[in-house]
Amino acid sequence: MIKVEGLTKRYARNIAVDNISFEVEKGQIVGFLGPNGAGKTTTMRVLTCFMPPTSGTASVAGYDVQENPMEVKRRIGYLPETPPLYPDMEVVEYLDFVGRIKGLSPADLPRRISEVSEKCEIADVQTKLIGKLSKGYRQRVGLAQAILHNPDVLILDEPTSGLDPHQIIETRNLIKGLAGEHTIILSTHILSEVEQICQKVIIIAKGKLVATDSVENLTSRLRGSETVAVEVIASDAAAVQARLEQVAGVSRVMHKETPRGTSGDDRLYFTVESLEGRHIRPGLARTVIEAGWNLNELHGMALSLEEIFLELTASSKPEAAKPEAKPDAGKTQESESK
Amino acid sequence: MNTLTICRKELQSYFRSPIAYTVIALWALIGGFFFYFGLSFFVQRSMESAMTGQAFPMNVNEWIVRPLLSNVNVVALFLIPMITMRLFAEEKRSGTIELLMTSPIRDVEIVLGKWLAAVALYSIMLVVSLLHMSILFRYGQPDWKPLAVGYLGLLLQGGCLLAIGTFVSTLTNNQIVAGAIGFAISLLLFVLNWVSEFGSSVTERVIGYLSVQSHFESFSKGVIDSKDLVFYATMTILGLFLTSRSLESVRWRA
Repeated sequence: MIKVEGLTKRYARNIAVDNISFEVEKGQIVGFLGPNGAGKTTTMRVLTCFMPPTSGTASVAGYDVQENPMEVKRRIGYLPETPPLYPDMEVVEYLDFVGRIKGLSPADLPRRISEVSEKCEIADVQTKLIGKLSKGYRQRVGLAQAILHNPDVLILDEPTSGLDPHQIIETRNLIKGLAGEHTIILSTHILSEVEQICQKVIIIAKGKLVATDSVENLTSRLRGSETVAVEVIASDAAAVQARLEQVAGVSRVMHKETPRGTSGDDRLYFTVESLEGRHIRPGLARTVIEAGWNLNELHGMALSLEEIFLELTASSKPEAAKPEAKPDAGKTQESESK
Repeated sequence: MNTLTICRKELQSYFRSPIAYTVIALWALIGGFFFYFGLSFFVQRSMESAMTGQAFPMNVNEWIVRPLLSNVNVVALFLIPMITMRLFAEEKRSGTIELLMTSPIRDVEIVLGKWLAAVALYSIMLVVSLLHMSILFRYGQPDWKPLAVGYLGLLLQGGCLLAIGTFVSTLTNNQIVAGAIGFAISLLLFVLNWVSEFGSSVTERVIGYLSVQSHFESFSKGVIDSKDLVFYATMTILGLFLTSRSLESVRWRA
């Protein structure tokens, strides 16, 4: 549906997007992830024919953005970071105007307007001035504007930025609800958003493509081995560590010092790493129990997108993706047991 | 079609904001001032000539309409930048330009639509000032043809300055800057004929020819000269052409 090849956008002094290539298939929701200033908006602006690329090509539904911009524009709905609204217009007037310039026939307009208003839950503010709407409503009017002409592709630039938590959830649900009919690219710097909504993630940083894959694949690709957090009640840390190291498939065991002040009991924390492709949790549990210690907790630590992201963008050195950037006590809270 | 959609939206926006009302009100006020004193002067002179028994022919067109047209023309010069300054500057500032430029419409349609809306507002102003003129018809017998030609001149000159103002509005996202530059250019174009008053070399004549005012003079006399029509048409098209080129440059400069 969307094909980007060798896309580069150079401004006077700096390169905003540097040789990016990716493809998006029909019906996918793709998260465009990167810190602020990574080149997300620029890429989106090229895709929406707002600006031409310096070099490289981009095409939407088989139409090149430079050779056939009209065809591309007809097939794209775009919500820029600040919704493009006219504060002195009523919502329904605004949608009417947008519908006309998007090429909808005036006969279809009232029906489409009421459909998208229903979908975006703005039916109750139809005759209000846009300038008087709250931020959440404005965002939804912006979204309604983007889907009004029923485009094949939806491009949403930070659709949840600046909304309160409740509105964020609503907007996310709305986007998920649109997934079937449209191919969606949304940009964000919020990682959990991508985990929640998207099937595929494209990570860019400083204008360069860092990774493009499904969320699950990215996790497993970065972490072939399993990391397990173990909490044992025992007195002799060294002994426990020695026993754990003997469990089949374990590559190494690290003992973590008990946080000062909370000590007094005999809780010991270990982080155990497996060899590639080995499941060590059953073995670990059995070993601890058989040794007569109490097993307080045992859980696998999935790498969160935050960690993936940090590892991918912190440095471009290949070893950055492997062990040394250690998950430690603070991070275990976020991980889930699998 | 798209041009009309844009034009309608712009006109609506003029009348939703205070712009249209302010400009029309100022126009009516200042125009009324000039009209009142033009008329008073005329009445006084005709009284004098009646008392001294002179059979001095006093023509309403020559004594009231012509000076009034020139005055009104100057007032228009001040108000035109106020009409055009927001056209693109505001869209650029608020980011709605992205909506327009990612919609399946051509840049030319955007430019024409906005310019036509400005011309429409300006025409409304001209109609308002016709109210003054209608008083002349109530109490005198002015010749309507030179008057109509004068208004045609006002419209053509307005269209030309509005096109230039629209162009200036694409250059910045600040309305005040757009208004100030638009006014400066309009004023310079207006007084450029001074250059040719001090010399008659080719350069000076060419520069003088570029003055919008010198082309308005014949209209205010009730003369339609094809030379002037061509001038205004050319300047308007040039202004609109520059606007669409500048709009295109917004794409790669953005």
